[in-house]
Amino acid sequence: MDSMRSVGTLTRADLAETINRKMGFPRSESLDLVEAILAKMCDAMADGENVKISGFGSFVLRDKKERIGRNPKTGVEVPITPRRVMTFRASQKLKDRIAKAS
Amino acid sequence: MIRSELLQSLAADNPDLRPEEIEQVVDIFFEEISARLAEGGRVELRGFGTFSTRQREGRTGRNPRTGEAVDVPPKRVPYFKPGKEMRERLNPEG
Repeated sequence: MDSMRSVGTLTRADLAETINRKMGFPRSESLDLVEAILAKMCDAMADGENVKISGFGSFVLRDKKERIGRNPKTGVEVPITPRRVMTFRASQKLKDRIAKAS
Repeated sequence: MIRSELLQSLAADNPDLRPEEIEQVVDIFFEEISARLAEGGRVELRGFGTFSTRQREGRTGRNPRTGEAVDVPPKRVPYFKPGKEMRERLNPEG
C-alpha cells in the first residue's frame, strides 16, 4: 500500500549482508542463517505451534470455518474450505516504534 | 515456540557457532526488519511472507469506562501477509 518515504524493500539478501557485516561471517553462511531462522519458524507453525518473539511480535495460527464465498467475476457461490491461517500480532514495542516514526 | 527455543534449535544445528553469536544473529534479523518497518519500508521474505505498514485514519473513540469522546490520531501500524508457500504448508491437503 502507501509508504511514507520511498524506502526500498528489505530481502533475505539484505539481512544476510548485515549479518556478514556485523558478525564477520562469510556471505554464504550468513544467508544460510537467515534461511535457518525462517525455516525454524515455518516448521514450528507447520506443526501447529504459534511463534512468539519477545520485543517483535507473535505469529498466531487461526482455524477458519468453512464459509460461502462468491466468484467476484461470475457471481457464482462457491464454498471456501475450512483452513488454517497465520496472523501476525506485533508487540507493543514494535507498534510504538512504527507509530512514533511516522 | 518462543525466542529462547528458536535460539536453542539454531544452536543445536550450528555447533560451530557460540550461543552468543546465534543470539546476535537472531537479534540482527528481527532488528533489521523492525527498523525497516519503522522507516516506512517493506520486508519481503519470499515463501514466508511480507511485512509492511499501513496508515490508519484518525477517529473519534470513546473511553469505554466513562463514555467520554477521545480523539484517536492517525497512525501507522504494522501489517503482515503470509507467503504462498507458508499458506500451503499450513493446509497440506487443501
